[in-house]
Amino acid sequence: MMGEGLRYTVSRNTSVSTAAVWLGVAAAVVALSVPWWANAGFMRWAVEVMCYLVLAQMWNLMAGYGGLMSVGVQAFVGVGGYSVFVFAQHLGLHPFLAIPLGGLMAAIAAAITSTVVFRMRGGYFAIGTWVLAEVFRIAFSNVSTLGGGSGQSLTVMTHIDRGVREKGIYLIATATLIVASLAINLLLRSRFGLGLTAVRDSEAAAEAQGVDVKALKFIVYVLSSFGAGLVGAIYFTSILRISPPAAFDANWAVAAIFIVVIGGIGAVEGPIVGAFVFFALRWFLADYGSWYWLAMGGLAVVIIMFAPSGIWGFVKARFDLQLLPLQRKLIVRSAKQSIGAAVAALGSEASKGV
Amino acid sequence: MMEWVDTLIQGVLLGGLYALFAIGLSITYGVMRVVNIAHGDFMVLAAYLALWPVTHLQMHPFLAIVPVVVLMFCLGYTVQRLMLNRTMGPNFLAPMLLTFGLSVILRNGLQQVYHADSRSLQIGDLAIDSLHIGSSLAIGAFPLIVFVTSLTLTAATSLLFSQTRIGIALRATSDDPETAGLMGIRASHTYAIALGLAFALVTVGGVFAGIRTTFSPESGPATLLYAFEAVVIGGMGSLWGTFAGSIILGVAQGVGANFGAGFGVLAGHLVFLAVLFFRPTGLLARTQ
Amino acid sequence: MLQVRNLVARYGDFQALFGVDFSLSQGQIVALIGANGAGKSTFLKSIAGQMPNKSGEIRFNSEEIGSLTADRVVRRGVSMAPEGRRLFRSLTVEENLRVGAFAGRSGRWTLDSVYALFPALRDKRRQSATALSGGQQQMVAIGRGLMSNPDLLMCDELSLGLSPAVVKDIYTAFPLIRAEGLSAIVVEQDIDVALRVADYVYCFMHGRVTLHGEPGALTKQQISAAYFGLEDKRQ
Repeated sequence: MMGEGLRYTVSRNTSVSTAAVWLGVAAAVVALSVPWWANAGFMRWAVEVMCYLVLAQMWNLMAGYGGLMSVGVQAFVGVGGYSVFVFAQHLGLHPFLAIPLGGLMAAIAAAITSTVVFRMRGGYFAIGTWVLAEVFRIAFSNVSTLGGGSGQSLTVMTHIDRGVREKGIYLIATATLIVASLAINLLLRSRFGLGLTAVRDSEAAAEAQGVDVKALKFIVYVLSSFGAGLVGAIYFTSILRISPPAAFDANWAVAAIFIVVIGGIGAVEGPIVGAFVFFALRWFLADYGSWYWLAMGGLAVVIIMFAPSGIWGFVKARFDLQLLPLQRKLIVRSAKQSIGAAVAALGSEASKGV
Repeated sequence: MMEWVDTLIQGVLLGGLYALFAIGLSITYGVMRVVNIAHGDFMVLAAYLALWPVTHLQMHPFLAIVPVVVLMFCLGYTVQRLMLNRTMGPNFLAPMLLTFGLSVILRNGLQQVYHADSRSLQIGDLAIDSLHIGSSLAIGAFPLIVFVTSLTLTAATSLLFSQTRIGIALRATSDDPETAGLMGIRASHTYAIALGLAFALVTVGGVFAGIRTTFSPESGPATLLYAFEAVVIGGMGSLWGTFAGSIILGVAQGVGANFGAGFGVLAGHLVFLAVLFFRPTGLLARTQ
Repeated sequence: MLQVRNLVARYGDFQALFGVDFSLSQGQIVALIGANGAGKSTFLKSIAGQMPNKSGEIRFNSEEIGSLTADRVVRRGVSMAPEGRRLFRSLTVEENLRVGAFAGRSGRWTLDSVYALFPALRDKRRQSATALSGGQQQMVAIGRGLMSNPDLLMCDELSLGLSPAVVKDIYTAFPLIRAEGLSAIVVEQDIDVALRVADYVYCFMHGRVTLHGEPGALTKQQISAAYFGLEDKRQ
């Protein structure tokens, strides 16, 4: 009979992925405990790393899954950053509360501007988003209450105890990274995620299957921009100063893109690998100025030419690994016969039945 | 009143320069469906390459264009043949990401060699000579030269595409590279010719821009943006549309600049966004 | 002239041809028949050099051409009018014909001789290729294939989407083509037309050749069996 001597299940979790999930949980616990044993310098550095990582995840969601390659994420990083200054510095809200508002403002900005940028596709969309970021930069440079072209400092923070500030920002950043990673993971496992993957693989086919492609892309764009806004809010609160060239710096996009490209596009684990490489390179080449970006660019070019799925994509294909459970796999729990014999048995079953 | 006429003329002449930036981008996208994010940076590279014969061989910048054009054509051919061709296919992200990487390499590479100082190419008095029309209108001689060159090159490129054998090959390959193969056309070679051509055109733009104003390793992105805006405003798929779009952009920036130094560029961005919003196919697009 | 042995072809993981043998002599017109998805187009594409994932032997004029890319194959004298015509949309009729000559082979076929063969095209030569009727587009596709002065012309799905009258019109050109020394392989959906026009017929099913022979020597029953795969009930 079918399944004789062969027990199997269809599941997302393999033993490797279960181990990885526990590892992730352990890492999260360790990360949350940091304020109690690390110094302020380390925490500041960690906040920066986490900001880049979240931004890369957001870009990955947009481009790798939504098919929207944006070179203008900095528009929303800047909006998020400036929102904190507006709400905290000018409207008296507690800075920590202003941070989520930064994300919200970025999401609203994304929703509004999508009406324009979504008129373009592919490469034109990419540069269109860049133009948008430039428009934002120029616009904010001309608002004198926000410091105009030279920006302003978050002086309102002097009312908050320094230790609380540094620990608080760190915990907010860590929480954001954890929530973002979980949210993306859950999103991609849901029906929405299935639709996204379908759109990524073939837009026309997905549309034919009844997937509302426009709505999906809109949601992805707005969600990613929300995340980018949060990144800006956290980062600029952390460094206590904002200015248009920093807030709307194209290097935000460059960093996010490089992290995802080198780590692996379209995968969830990719940005983690990519961020590791990004910061490792920065560590080694810190004293060499432009060489750092040259090395990043060179590495990205080499990877695109020879291993287009990135480092993680390469590893994944080679070893058929998947750390974070996304795909359902066929797991054979036990087999009294060899797999081949079992499949043959199933085959003869089928032909007899017909 | 005369001020506005003057602004208009300046804008048109500026548009001529922008057309030199934009035509190359239009070709790259038209033939290969690739937006070369490093387009502006290659232009800056051309300006730096021209710097060498100008400073070390005392060559006039106009003359220096010739060897640099040849060099840049070969570079474009090689980049496409060896690098971009690997990424061509249904995935449009890969070629863009590659050019993105090249952009970063170029900018930082130039920074390493030339540092962040601004340079410029000198043509002496020609830079400030002007022709006088009537009693109050003056047209710069150099901007006029740029405009005429741009017009000529656009016409020449258009003829290349419509009349010559290589032009037919380029159009056929852009339509259907697989079937072009059946005709004996090697897509890998044809694409490389297209990029070489784009680079050659961009060289002229780069040298002229380097004469008109200063340039530095970071000048690339702004140029890409202008070129891109010009192509979109004019409408994709048409060389003369790109030329017209460039003129419109130049005029928009000129008009904007009248309201304040920073507003020129912003005005251009806003016109671009407006065209996108109201007529996404461009103002003069063919319905192809 | 053309010898194919044990041709296996794949699209990614999907195997389309399972060891096909085929031969064609100079001056022959061979028809390929078979249901959709039987592998006829894949077979032609393999010869034309458009299938990178294949194995087996393809010898044309005693030369192994299996490893050549399409642009090299056409230079050896094998040209194809592909499935769906695939005329170049940005080009006029005349430009489409001219592209056909880019392989650089000289010979009897020029713009004038193609216009002589398909007079309807001469008036339309400056029009965009896509403005023509289906039948005229097919003429352009064949003309384009002829312009490379091939020794072997392959036509994929010649009568697709065309009315019988138009198809008949196009096939009247074939004896003229053959008289010029050309050989041809034609993929033809209409079995009667195929049997009428061809010197030799191959029937494909599920990626294999199930029947081949001269049209006169094949019975309707044999062809049905080979085409549809119906079991012979007398077995």
